[in-house]
Amino acid sequence: MDLFNKISELKANNDYEGLVELVPYAKTIGVETSLVGDNIISSLPYIENNIGNYMIPALHGGAVAGFMENAAVFHLMWTGKLKQMPKVIDFSIDYLRTGHATTSYSQCDIIRLGRRVALCNIKVWQDDIDKPFALARGHFLLSSNEPFEINT
Amino acid sequence: MMKNSKPAVNPLLCKVNQTPHATILKLELVSAKDNTVTLKLPFSEHIIGDPFKRLIHGGAISTLMDTVCGAAVFQAQGTSQSMATLDLRVDHMKPGEPDADVYAIADCYRLTNTVAFIRATAYTNDINDPIATAVASFMRSNAEFPVK
Repeated sequence: MDLFNKISELKANNDYEGLVELVPYAKTIGVETSLVGDNIISSLPYIENNIGNYMIPALHGGAVAGFMENAAVFHLMWTGKLKQMPKVIDFSIDYLRTGHATTSYSQCDIIRLGRRVALCNIKVWQDDIDKPFALARGHFLLSSNEPFEINT
Repeated sequence: MMKNSKPAVNPLLCKVNQTPHATILKLELVSAKDNTVTLKLPFSEHIIGDPFKRLIHGGAISTLMDTVCGAAVFQAQGTSQSMATLDLRVDHMKPGEPDADVYAIADCYRLTNTVAFIRATAYTNDINDPIATAVASFMRSNAEFPVK
């Protein structure tokens, strides 16, 4: 089954949790999804596997980046009508403070949605939404230059 | 006699891929020389991001880049001081190949008392045809890098 049909099926059943089943990496780091209005909010419950420094203990910067990038991918998959998975073009993350060993939440805002590219701002927080521990922005390719298939 | 007694390879470098998250991704230390370090991210099913094309998730590439950049700082400073990422930017030049391992080489090109600057390149077969490039800056800490 292609992506468009799969997402359509998930949406028809309001099965936003089914997004995680599509992406093995999201399952590996333990992403969970919820729907707030029409937007997908991703959460990352604490698991030891995501630790980068066990003395503090602090989440691995790479796990945080992966979580945020995936939050953007899920948001684009749910809100867009995509024929293929969004492809990250560039991703830039600023770490503001330590990610502690507790649940993290991530929200993606689409700043600009073009025909082929989306620019997203992503933030990640733990206890207080106004105190994000990292901010990121990234461009995602939504469609390639491949010609559309014509049904005859 | 050499004034600088910095070891050719930081003996603690083998610990950078021992953090719980690096272990889950099965990161391997390939080589280290001067201010550069090479790590390998082996392909595995559980880091797939695009199940239709069987490509590694960009997040796993970010972890590879973050870890290899940290490792390069470790190698450049030659001590066991810890560090924290300030920012990391990854540019994805082209999709990786399905089911293929990814290598990343990082160069810590500037080390000040407080901040380190690093460039990195990720590739599968040919470093001149990279999958991704990254630039990062790290805050250097006075704390010891935790070693189990």
